[in-house]
Amino acid sequence: MNIDRREFFKVVFAGAATALTAPTAQARPPRELSPDAVGILYDATLCIGCKACEVGCKEANAKPMAHDTPLEQAHGVSGVWDADNDLGSRTLNKIKVYTNGTAEVKDRELDGFSFVKRNCMHCVDPNCVSACPVSALTKDPVTGAVRYNPDACIGCRYCQLACPFNIPKFEYDKPFPKIVKCEMCSDRLAEGAIPACCEACPTGASLFGRVSDLLNEGHRRLTFQPGERQDYPVNRLDGGATRTAEVAAYYPKIYGETETGGTQSLLMAAVPFEKLGFPALGDESRAQLSETIQHTLYQGMMAPTVLLGGLVYAAYRHTHEEREDPTAEQDKDQAEAKAEARRHD
Amino acid sequence: MTEVYRPIGGKLLTRQFYFMGVLALIAGYFIIRRFIFGIGDVSNLSDGYPWGMWITYDVVTGTAIACGGYAMALLVYVFNRGQFHPIIRVALLTSVFGYTLAGISIVIDVGRYWQLYNVFLPQYANLNSVMLEVAFCVTLYTLVLWIEFSPAILEAMKANRLLRQLRHVLFFFIGLGILLPTMHQSSLGSLLIIAGDKVHPLWQTNIIPLLFLITAIAMGYGMVVFESLYASVNLKRELESDMLSRIGAVIPWLLLLYLVLRIGDLVMTGNLAALTRSGSEPFLFAAEIAMFLFAIVTLLNRSLRERPTVLFWSALAVVLGGALYRFDAFMIAYNPGPGWYYFPGVGEMLITLGIVAIEIMAYLFFVKKTPVLTVGHAKLEGRG
Repeated sequence: MNIDRREFFKVVFAGAATALTAPTAQARPPRELSPDAVGILYDATLCIGCKACEVGCKEANAKPMAHDTPLEQAHGVSGVWDADNDLGSRTLNKIKVYTNGTAEVKDRELDGFSFVKRNCMHCVDPNCVSACPVSALTKDPVTGAVRYNPDACIGCRYCQLACPFNIPKFEYDKPFPKIVKCEMCSDRLAEGAIPACCEACPTGASLFGRVSDLLNEGHRRLTFQPGERQDYPVNRLDGGATRTAEVAAYYPKIYGETETGGTQSLLMAAVPFEKLGFPALGDESRAQLSETIQHTLYQGMMAPTVLLGGLVYAAYRHTHEEREDPTAEQDKDQAEAKAEARRHD
Repeated sequence: MTEVYRPIGGKLLTRQFYFMGVLALIAGYFIIRRFIFGIGDVSNLSDGYPWGMWITYDVVTGTAIACGGYAMALLVYVFNRGQFHPIIRVALLTSVFGYTLAGISIVIDVGRYWQLYNVFLPQYANLNSVMLEVAFCVTLYTLVLWIEFSPAILEAMKANRLLRQLRHVLFFFIGLGILLPTMHQSSLGSLLIIAGDKVHPLWQTNIIPLLFLITAIAMGYGMVVFESLYASVNLKRELESDMLSRIGAVIPWLLLLYLVLRIGDLVMTGNLAALTRSGSEPFLFAAEIAMFLFAIVTLLNRSLRERPTVLFWSALAVVLGGALYRFDAFMIAYNPGPGWYYFPGVGEMLITLGIVAIEIMAYLFFVKKTPVLTVGHAKLEGRG
């Protein structure tokens, strides 16, 4: 074999060493929560599963109710049937239920049940925003809501791959599809209103407020003793309306306080969150890791530029003959004459 | 570099060519359906599995298979192995079509294709996005490939003046044509970093860009060897086994480096323990490694790799091993959570099949009608 192995390995190992050591060099700092960021605190122990939030959400976002054609045919009915079974391109907000065993008692892990609300978590450091090549998903600098701009979107669905909560949905059934996701009713927020789900919620299970205030409220609830009666704010934290309810035994954690760098949708429940379908995530977002690796490799395009210089030089040196090579046989003499003339220049 | 390229001539519209044409027409039917009724009409893609066959095969695997031009350019222009120059043009041909058709697949796959140009508009650019880098680089490289390949077309057109001018700037495009695949073949792996736990721990790693890059280069060499041997037999040309076995000799070093990095990383991160998890993933992992080990063992042995049959199967093992690595990482060992399931739909697979058929048809057309292959090998008038 007459490949120069030493030369070969020099290049390969240099590349390998750069790739292996570089990512630890300078990590991209985690994104900070905007001081005015708002969010939703969902407390499963207050939720009665009425799904008023789903109706409010569909109304506010102009999403149609679901049809179940086979069911409709089986029962000889037609029209609006029921809400979808899960989040989808028509459903941005969904109440689901966890059951175990006999499911006798609400808010109990064993032989109990619990409701849970699914919607966009509005991450502080969202993977989808980092992933989107065309900035179709952006984080509102003030409210922190993760918003979607269909005029930018190319429909590559990388956001779906990137989201740890599988939140962005895509209209696979349409020729001109969009990504669909909860935008925390940003248009309503701009008008001074609160998200439709919080406005519709009669029990205070979905509570709107500033994220920092919601976290304080969550920690206040974690100090409650099970069985005692406490006042819970309804609709919005600073709205003044309250409702007295019996305290359930909270699972001692606010989901979203630290997960994937923090989320603006926060959850409380009596059942462990993994049981409710929430993934166990680390405190750092994957966006942070992905950007750290990518930016370390590229470093403002410095490394590629230097590499390009070297490669072009190598190609220049090794194509010397090619450049002077006659182009086609019938043209040979002419080409040589020209090359000759150029050499004399 | 005195080799002369000639079109090999022969009948283009053979029975095989018509068969490929039928496959392309079937794909055309499903492509039309996709554009009228939406992606869901022809594919099994879902919110859990937003990327399926099209991205995994046509783009991620297809462009890696099309790395022949890049891998050969590395050898010829960076490591100055001029003796491999005669094979560059045919390697470039496969690359041109691999990349061009990957580009076409992207138009079929993305939902809002009419806005694809947004990728190039600065007001929309998200420099944090791995996807932006991939989209940008792949598009640019496809253009560069056409420029690199254009001498063959210009020679066929006898556009000698243009050809001479091109020859004086081609070195720049050759340099760019080595940089761009280095960037995006690694970034194709980086795409998965953000998916976190959705990618099985045997595949999810911070060094995934390096692993994708090394396997892409190895697959590039593998494909050049495989395709040259296959084409020689089918187009009834003399086997270039001497040169091909020397190309094959490069592969085991790349694969050894890859295995050391991949297994070393799994040991260091502790993810090797995932081998004991239930499911098909540990077996798929073993299958990948086995294919690469087979290629390493056969290609390291000089007397073995000089036998065309062994060389053929080893090259195929490299390509299939690299393809399986990509299928595993993007599709099979990708799990978005409970309740999701994916197997490509019929229309989805037929579109991919049709695209492969178009690639082969284009290859045959160019080999027969433009100067791509070197002379001195043709035994018989090709009937292929």
